[in-house]
Amino acid sequence: MDTTTAAPTAGRLRTSVPAAAGTVPALHLAGVTKHFGAVQAVDGIDLVVQPGEVVAFLGPNGAGKTTTIDMVLGLSQPSSGELSVCGTTPRGAVANGWVSAVMQSGGLLKDLSVAETVELTASLFARTQPVDVVLQRAGIADIADRRVAKCSGGQQQRLRFAMALLPDPRLLVLDEPTTGMDVEGRRAFWAAIRDDARRGRTVLFATHYLEEADAYADRIVLVAGGRVVADGTAAEIKARSAGRTVRATLPGVRLSDLAAMPGVDELDVHGETVLVQAHDSDAVARWLLTRTSARDLEVTSRGLEDAFISLTSTPSTDEVTR
Amino acid sequence: MSTLTPASTDTAEVVVPRSPLNPTYLRLDVRRVLRNRRTLIFTIVMPVVFYVIFGVGQEDAASRAYVMISLGVYGAMVAATSVGASVAVERASGWSRQLRLTPLRPATYVVTKVLAAATIALLPVAVEFLVGAVSGARMPAQAWVLGGVVAWLGSLVFAALGLAVGYLLPSENAMQVLGAAMSVLAVLGGLFVPLFLFPHLLQQIAQFTPAYGVGLLARYPLTHDGSVLGGVVNVVAWAVVFSVAAALLFRRDTQRV
Repeated sequence: MDTTTAAPTAGRLRTSVPAAAGTVPALHLAGVTKHFGAVQAVDGIDLVVQPGEVVAFLGPNGAGKTTTIDMVLGLSQPSSGELSVCGTTPRGAVANGWVSAVMQSGGLLKDLSVAETVELTASLFARTQPVDVVLQRAGIADIADRRVAKCSGGQQQRLRFAMALLPDPRLLVLDEPTTGMDVEGRRAFWAAIRDDARRGRTVLFATHYLEEADAYADRIVLVAGGRVVADGTAAEIKARSAGRTVRATLPGVRLSDLAAMPGVDELDVHGETVLVQAHDSDAVARWLLTRTSARDLEVTSRGLEDAFISLTSTPSTDEVTR
Repeated sequence: MSTLTPASTDTAEVVVPRSPLNPTYLRLDVRRVLRNRRTLIFTIVMPVVFYVIFGVGQEDAASRAYVMISLGVYGAMVAATSVGASVAVERASGWSRQLRLTPLRPATYVVTKVLAAATIALLPVAVEFLVGAVSGARMPAQAWVLGGVVAWLGSLVFAALGLAVGYLLPSENAMQVLGAAMSVLAVLGGLFVPLFLFPHLLQQIAQFTPAYGVGLLARYPLTHDGSVLGGVVNVVAWAVVFSVAAALLFRRDTQRV
């Protein structure tokens, strides 16, 4: 085999595409793991992010998102695997101002003003954008003189964003940036990020908000249990769990009674409830209504949320997967 | 997989070696301390109040100067300690972690803290001496200068103590622990009450405590009392102990992230 091997699943095409000649990936993880004692927080993540991509790192709490981001930023070391940021080590990328981050919380001095905080941070870099410019970009020029302690959560987050913009980084990493913000703050924050990303900056953001991933990312990397479980556009991920769900009530049902049912992807029985993930929901419904005494039948289509749930949840014991 | 080796054409590293002096950081750090009312009360107001209570009432001008110098040393050591210990607050608030996302070198951070401590420690000495001067403390000119300089610079030993405790304790508790410790050290160092009033055994022990040397040396140009060598040995020994402790705890902290 001389060409690239096909990705094992449809949604993971991107990770196996080699970097175009001459471009250094903004981010490159190969088989990265991290364990804390016996706990395996990250269990072999492969990920390549090309310059200019806006990537959502989506997963439930405890999926290993923050642990991975800490390693990307050089705040901790992988237990094994390879990791490079803009073609160099995480610490090297930080020292050069090539990567910067907006962390979830903390990291601010309450008794400084907004402008002073940015000015102080700027003094730590060899070269930065002007303080006024980043305040403007982050949409906080009007509160430059306000003490950090008096800023709302959303304003503090935009301050962190302004600080992250100072070195004009190639890669901007956001760790659950809107946790705890109200709707208005969240919208203003994402508007600022989106404006910035339009200028071609590579953005990787961790989130457990599905809507955010759907609305703001070009590409979604779905993680669960410390692994990448799906990788592609929102549409591709929805397609991975395409089909519909058929639910019906069938008293006294046993799994073996349903073995002959056509059009099934996945079958669950909980008490009297039959739950079928179907690629041919019509066939399933017809079979259930004509061959069994099923009643209260419902057919629903699946969205990104179902994809998220089905891809990130671990299989339960009474589940039969065909 | 051969494609996993990143192309290394774009690694023109531009890490500029920077001097450990960062005037902007120093200026803003000093400004932060000056905004902290609590610190100002403990380092400037309290020593002045003590002087007014215990110093102004002394019969002769030299005794007032004696109390003034001692309380100047006390104010400076509390100031230096609190600036050093502010690393505890900065670690708890995630600021230290934020700094790790910048090219800031750890040495610059520590140098900035020590210089901020030096700047802030100057204030209580200056204010105490000013209040003393206008309220009848009198001593030879060289005692004003030497006493002031020794009180100021000698207190930097305590900046190292503050740093060590700041890296040892996880939160804002650091300063509360240190506040109590400072008072005990000030008593044992003879800064509140002259040591000859203590029982003999306590006097012997007191000579080995960290505030003793600074106090003795700061008052020496006025009193010519006590062993200068003993005072120097005391200051240098404690400076080494606190600095080594701070360095070890600092290293532990940066490794752990």
